[in-house]
Amino acid sequence: MSPTPMNDPENPTLRIQGLTKFFGGLRAVSDFDLTVRRGELAGLIGPNGAGKTTVFNMINGLYYPTGGDILFQGDNTVGMEPFEITRLGIGRTFQNIRLFPNLTVLDNVRIAYHPHAGYGMMDAVLRNKKFDAKERELTERAQDFLAIFKLERIQHELAKNLPYGQQRRVEIARALASTPRLLLLDEPAAGMNPGEIVTLMELIHFIRDQFDLTILLIEHQMRVVMGICEHITVMDFGEVIARGTPKEIQGNVRCIEAYLGKGAAGVA
Amino acid sequence: MPQTAASATPSLARRPGARMAWIGQGFLLLLALVTFLILARDLIRDPRLFVQIVISGLQLGFVYALIALGYTMVYGIVKLINFAHGDVFMVGSFVSFYAVTRFQLHVWPAFVFPTLPRGVVVVIGSLTVMLLSMITCVALAVTIERVAYKPLRDAPRIAALITAIGVSFFLEFFGALNFVFSPRFIPYQRPFEVVTWYFKDGFHALIEGTAPPEGSITFSNIFVIIVAASVLTQVVLQFLVRRTKMGKAMRASSFDKPTARLMGINVDQVISFTFAVGAAFAGLGGVLYAIAYPSIWSQLGILPGLKAFVAAVLGGIGSIPGAFVGALIMGQAEALTMGYISTPMRDAVAFTILIIVLLVRPTGIFGEPEKEKA
Amino acid sequence: MDFNAGFLIISVVKITAVLAWIYGLLWVLGHASRAVKAVGVVCAFAVIQLALSVRIGDSAIFNDFDQGLLFQACTMAMVSLGLNLIYGFNGQFSLGQWGFYGIGAYAAADVTYRWTDGDARGLLVLGIGVMLGGLTIWGVGQLLRRYAGMPVLSAFTLYLIGCVAAGAIAVWLGGALNGLLAPLFGTKGAPGPLSSAAALQVVFVLAVLIAGGFAAEVSFLFGLPVLTLGSDYFGIATLGFTIVINTLMVNSDTILPFPEMKGGRGMIGIPKLTTWFWAFLFLVLVIIVMRNLIHSSTGRAITSVREDETAAKAMGIDVAANKLLAFVIGSFFAGIGGGVYAHFIGFLSPGTFDFLVGFNPLIIVVFGGPGSMSGTIAASFGWIFFLEGLLRVILGQMGTEAPTWRFVLYPIALLLLILVRPQGLLGRAEWGFLRAPEVQPRTHDGPRATPVPAGK
Repeated sequence: MSPTPMNDPENPTLRIQGLTKFFGGLRAVSDFDLTVRRGELAGLIGPNGAGKTTVFNMINGLYYPTGGDILFQGDNTVGMEPFEITRLGIGRTFQNIRLFPNLTVLDNVRIAYHPHAGYGMMDAVLRNKKFDAKERELTERAQDFLAIFKLERIQHELAKNLPYGQQRRVEIARALASTPRLLLLDEPAAGMNPGEIVTLMELIHFIRDQFDLTILLIEHQMRVVMGICEHITVMDFGEVIARGTPKEIQGNVRCIEAYLGKGAAGVA
Repeated sequence: MPQTAASATPSLARRPGARMAWIGQGFLLLLALVTFLILARDLIRDPRLFVQIVISGLQLGFVYALIALGYTMVYGIVKLINFAHGDVFMVGSFVSFYAVTRFQLHVWPAFVFPTLPRGVVVVIGSLTVMLLSMITCVALAVTIERVAYKPLRDAPRIAALITAIGVSFFLEFFGALNFVFSPRFIPYQRPFEVVTWYFKDGFHALIEGTAPPEGSITFSNIFVIIVAASVLTQVVLQFLVRRTKMGKAMRASSFDKPTARLMGINVDQVISFTFAVGAAFAGLGGVLYAIAYPSIWSQLGILPGLKAFVAAVLGGIGSIPGAFVGALIMGQAEALTMGYISTPMRDAVAFTILIIVLLVRPTGIFGEPEKEKA
Repeated sequence: MDFNAGFLIISVVKITAVLAWIYGLLWVLGHASRAVKAVGVVCAFAVIQLALSVRIGDSAIFNDFDQGLLFQACTMAMVSLGLNLIYGFNGQFSLGQWGFYGIGAYAAADVTYRWTDGDARGLLVLGIGVMLGGLTIWGVGQLLRRYAGMPVLSAFTLYLIGCVAAGAIAVWLGGALNGLLAPLFGTKGAPGPLSSAAALQVVFVLAVLIAGGFAAEVSFLFGLPVLTLGSDYFGIATLGFTIVINTLMVNSDTILPFPEMKGGRGMIGIPKLTTWFWAFLFLVLVIIVMRNLIHSSTGRAITSVREDETAAKAMGIDVAANKLLAFVIGSFFAGIGGGVYAHFIGFLSPGTFDFLVGFNPLIIVVFGGPGSMSGTIAASFGWIFFLEGLLRVILGQMGTEAPTWRFVLYPIALLLLILVRPQGLLGRAEWGFLRAPEVQPRTHDGPRATPVPAGK
């Protein structure tokens, strides 16, 4: 770990500049800027349809931006295939949980290790010593990993059979298994009750510290956003309308209006 | 590698390989150029033959257009490749066959109004036969939709696809049973007589039994009827889709079914209606195809059906004018292949066109350009 | 209906025995002990071999008709396992297996046919071609790595040019080498070393493998651009491929320079080299390779593409390369199946490779359970023995038209299956060897990080 990681403005983990996305005539994201410093827990909020997931999809490589740059640890990722971006070190969870439903929890995590499996197809077919050793190593790593999240008990359950809260947890664990530097969490608290949300917030803090991560999350639950985010960017209609610390955002009139409508600021 | 100013350059161009798009494009251009040159050479060498082939290609293309419409409309609304559509087309041709041979339906006005002139009798009779085929096909298609496709509307797409294949097989082989259509090729009896004209220093009617003079271009009333029927169908369909309430409902349901439902549209009814319209045209196409190529059998619908589907893809699946244009292109390609290369190759050419279209522009001529990954 | 009751009973017994045999083979292969595995496999082979050889009365327990069914079932199982990989595990709806089956059959047949005529050109050209083709593909792939982001069509063009060049070199080289080898064949009266039966056996095995490789390379070229299309379009494109291949078969003596294939009339005179030994061997090899592949990281990656492509991409999996891999391997299996088939039946007709018949592997895979290898194998054997064997004979006894009824019954059965049990008969279950290897629970002896805060 480098000396002053937390607030080094010269080498941000993620720097987005002028990001724009048009879907035909529809302007989904317009001139979006964002900088996330190393180790930061940043939040991206805004009303539904503001373009937040679109931004995530562009960072991830699932959409091609119409314009702008996305710099991850100094490399411009625009134009790269999603799998290349993941291998560079960006992990992600999805708004609607995208686990592999008919695979076990263990397999879901083991897939994250595929790019670094240590053996190739021929080794697998021949079932040589290399395969045996590496496969066991891979499996044990996955199991240890699951144990960190207290998920080892359900490792042989099919993902589709898990309760929602556990699925979320597995999805986050799986994203982490690919050893990312930057983790994108898309509405991780969706559908959770207050107790689960508290656990989630603790989990996010834990993983940020334990795995030396930088985290950018989209969330609607203000408790989560205000509770754990160190820096917040607010979007509406594809544009940034405010930035700042939670305190600053809470008082920001435009933000309140974006969520609650014009004139609401006076009432809040 | 610090980057400073924001750039608005298209992202794709940044990668070293992206600039190599010219390789693929150049290859395609080369293929197109070679094809064009070959065609030009054939045209110059024997213009009369070329025109004759083009005419037969048009005849084929317009029939394919009738079938292709059904494919494109159904895919547009339920995202299903209705493999059974070609077999509905086959049923249409058989219905007209039985109507003509068993019931003399093509001349029924003569029994009711004995004094009518022959021409009028044949026209009314033939139209009746066509109408009967269309109605039967509509009934068949709606039944299939209700029994086989509707239960699977929420199932994974593959289930519906396999079901469509199953229905297609069933129609073909059930039809091949002896008590149905039998597996034989059946010579078709036309509801009206063929009249041929030839063009050489002006239009002339060809006298029965004589051969057309050297160097003339011939075409028949079949050709005229097919073109007329197909064009009329297009016009009717355009009117239906653009100017009627049902048409609007069809377009809305193709675009976004759940919202259409919320808007009060009875989507089930719209889907059945779409199947019905497609089947009606396929039935008409079946009659016309049989008139043009008077030999029918239970597996008649397979290849024209597939080619019509390729036509729909070529034109942009979901697009009605696209299906029409695609079908004309397919008809020409097939005729040119039959004329200049060899008859057995015509099927291969059809599917090679499909593969090339899918590679170059999968959304087809009139489809929206390549959607980005979501 | 007394006359066929006996036949009916015996047939049912045979079918049950075959299915039990499959289960037993898979159980034996999956046994932990190496000794049991080896002995078991040999026994499995021997049991059927005895049934084929030992005569009771005037025919063997498994008569000629049964033997035909058996070989057909083995080849169908190979083709279907290929589709199982492409569609069942990778999720890509392909109707092209039959095309690759045909390519494998004709290619392998041509090699051995020519060999028996004293002409090594088939073996040499195809063999060198496949090897050079493979090298070219690898080489172009390396080149393309430096040009990341090249559009698919351009990449395809480069591969195509490379392979065509490799093919041309192979033709030239093969022809030249053939001249050198010709004297080793000797003459009718004084056959040389290459005319021996042993040499023919070697050539047969090579032919089957090389034909499979050829099918694989064709599938690579075809699949590269086509797999980028969505599922529906990919299915139609593969259907088109099968039809185009079929047309080429019909014109193999006119448009293609293979007069011995006799185009639409069909190729005859293929040496009948497939014995139970070879059919069994190739089948077991395909099963082992497939199972080893599926239960590995590569296999998990393949399956993840079926489950959720977007999530797979987000996990760092190169989905496009993955789909291509599954497609190529699946086509390889189909090609091998074709080679084995050609040499058991002795003649090939384009009608066999008609695209309508090409729906059979799809129906089999869907029937047995797309997510199950065991289901595919059992369904293949079941299909051939029951439907093609038993039903055909019974219906045949009911009248000449009756056999056509089975084509009416298949779709109805298929439709019922889709409505009632869409996951197929075996769903995702596997038998014996094909089951996923057990994962031992982790004993707490490794260093562990601080556990996460408790909670559900």
